Amino acid sequence: MHASDHSPAAQLPGRAAFPHRHLTGIAGLQPHEIVFLLDEAEQWVEVNRSRAKSDKRLEGLTQINAFFENSTRTLLSFEIAGKRLGADVVNMHAAQSSVKKGETLIDTAVTLNAMRADVIVIRHMSSGAVDLIAQKVDCPVLNAGDGWHEHPTQALLDALTIRRRRGSVAGQRVVICGDILHSRVARSNMLALTALAAEVRVVAPSTLMPAAIERMYVQPFTDFDAALEGADVVMMLRVQNERMAGGYIPSTREFHMRYGLTPERLARARPDALVMHPGPMNRGVEIESSVADHPTRSAITEQVEMGVAVRMACLDVLTRAERGVEGWA
Amino acid sequence: MKTAFLNAQLVCPVVGATAGNLLVDGETIAATGDFEIPADAQRIDLAGKTLAPALIDLGVFSVDKAACRAGGIARVGLMPDQSPVLDDPGIVRRAALSGKPALWVHPLAAATRGLEGNDLGEMAINASAGARAVATGRRWIASSGTMRKLLAYARDCALVVVVHPEDSGLTEGAVATEGETATRHGLPAAPAIAEALAVARDLMLAEETQARIHFRQVTTAAAFDLIRAAKRRGVAVTCGITPAHLLLSDIAISDFRTYARLSPPLRDEGDRQAALAAVKDGTIDVIASGHDPRGPEAKRLPFTDAEPGMSGAETLLALSLGLVRDRLIPIERLFALLAANPAKVLGLASGTLAPGSPADLIVLDPGAPWQIEAERMVARAGNTPFDRLPVQGKVLALYKGGTLID
Repeated sequence: MHASDHSPAAQLPGRAAFPHRHLTGIAGLQPHEIVFLLDEAEQWVEVNRSRAKSDKRLEGLTQINAFFENSTRTLLSFEIAGKRLGADVVNMHAAQSSVKKGETLIDTAVTLNAMRADVIVIRHMSSGAVDLIAQKVDCPVLNAGDGWHEHPTQALLDALTIRRRRGSVAGQRVVICGDILHSRVARSNMLALTALAAEVRVVAPSTLMPAAIERMYVQPFTDFDAALEGADVVMMLRVQNERMAGGYIPSTREFHMRYGLTPERLARARPDALVMHPGPMNRGVEIESSVADHPTRSAITEQVEMGVAVRMACLDVLTRAERGVEGWA
Repeated sequence: MKTAFLNAQLVCPVVGATAGNLLVDGETIAATGDFEIPADAQRIDLAGKTLAPALIDLGVFSVDKAACRAGGIARVGLMPDQSPVLDDPGIVRRAALSGKPALWVHPLAAATRGLEGNDLGEMAINASAGARAVATGRRWIASSGTMRKLLAYARDCALVVVVHPEDSGLTEGAVATEGETATRHGLPAAPAIAEALAVARDLMLAEETQARIHFRQVTTAAAFDLIRAAKRRGVAVTCGITPAHLLLSDIAISDFRTYARLSPPLRDEGDRQAALAAVKDGTIDVIASGHDPRGPEAKRLPFTDAEPGMSGAETLLALSLGLVRDRLIPIERLFALLAANPAKVLGLASGTLAPGSPADLIVLDPGAPWQIEAERMVARAGNTPFDRLPVQGKVLALYKGGTLID
């Protein structure tokens, strides 16, 4: 029996449980709508662990993964999610396509639309690009990451991981550490976790901390050690190499000294604290291998597993209207 | 050819608002108030409508006659950021003639060659070709050495330097002002002090070189404080703002609305309130449209990829009249900001109803309601952040040099 069986979302019929055409961000979702998606994902966790992982509910539908920015993991995760639901999945690697020849984003969107996609998954390097495309197409659009803005399925899979491992998201002290300024993962997680009543602390050097971050109902820290006191979850972010060139941090070794998650540092958190990372990791920079690979405390591979389940849930829910599912049409 | 406007509400930035008549003789204003109406004058009964100086829009990026006609604008100061750049006498002269007779274009020549920020522009030659001032264009001059020479040289030529004050070291790559809105949207942002930093340096250089400096758009409390203090010291400084920065805060860019992407970017509510206070206390001298029509190819893009700028000429007056209705300033002071002061910056004997000045006039119904609609604007493009805003104030007629402009 899951705690969320008693959530308000479980009581709502059909479309009322999730009345959104697109999933462009966590912003704009009600807490019970987030819980609804997490609840929907649970069944797919079970299916994915069984031998026969296929379901035919998206049979005949075309899912286009339009990735304007290079990605391996997220693209693969969305592709597997679509295929396990029976969709015809097409990947468009726009990073090496006509977009480079000067075609505008709107023209690309109109083209995808004309090809009668039934659901479009988009990753783009500019904040807001997915919202823009969503305004121009007739099918549901799923944001797989836009600039520094949002990466909603990452936040959902993180919330699902926390909920399954800790029993609940509410009341958990979650510490997010790293390049908060440039991170869509951090933004979506701040929104999702605070909506689900977690206590969120964000840690970064001042050069990588966005202005007015406390207005997102999180507590900012520059001192990682102080932030770790009593933490239930420690979520590390990837530090990009270009941040050194931009003058945000002096070097990876200095970053490691102040913000690297070492076993000694982790000892400041609760003894059973969970370690998370959206990947890909820079081992020895933001996280040490012994922490990343810790058999009981690291949830990093589980995050990847939850990613497929969450994306299956999102693809299923967003296409219910066009599939004519009762209560959703 | 004489024209007598009768029963008008006359609004003169110098004299104030009075009921009366106004006589135009040829291209100039001949008399106001009580005068004997010549027998050969054409009589136009305005029946209580407002008669005011036509607007002088200081610092537009496009010669847009239709938008200016709709907005009651008879003269514009044209920014040098044209293609080609206004840094050559032939180009300047052509720009100066590009709007006549309906719209007089006063070119602002490039302060540096090609607006590159390095070599001095040919200020004296361009002035002889019709340039009324020099401008740094959309950008700030990063090198203090270049800026100092530029100001000193402009002073020799008796030309005002029109500056875009934003410290480029801070604003590089930024598309918004740092704050909650930029943070929530994941937009590259620069701190608001980027403006005050630039203003502080340029004020010190202007004070030292005794140059006349005009900050085209000033939008933050810290920068207003610096300018207010400099004016008290007697520095020859003036500054302007757009209605957008007076009426909108950075919340207007929410949902990635590219029509609200401006340069300088919209500021937080505290700075907006400071801007209103600076209009009221006279720190701000000029309200201008910043007219910069941009089509979908520049605006229907992700926010960070879109070009900044708004189409503002035809909404300048109606939006500004809100300041009068809100009792921030009286209407005659609004016309100082929209006509008399920009004329002074450009060295034009215009912008008032004083007898002897050019008969650049508008007939205005300041209360007439209408709705701004981006899709139906007459400007080259309808990129306004005020789409669907109900406003008041309609230009019923525009006269340039005594001639009715259709």
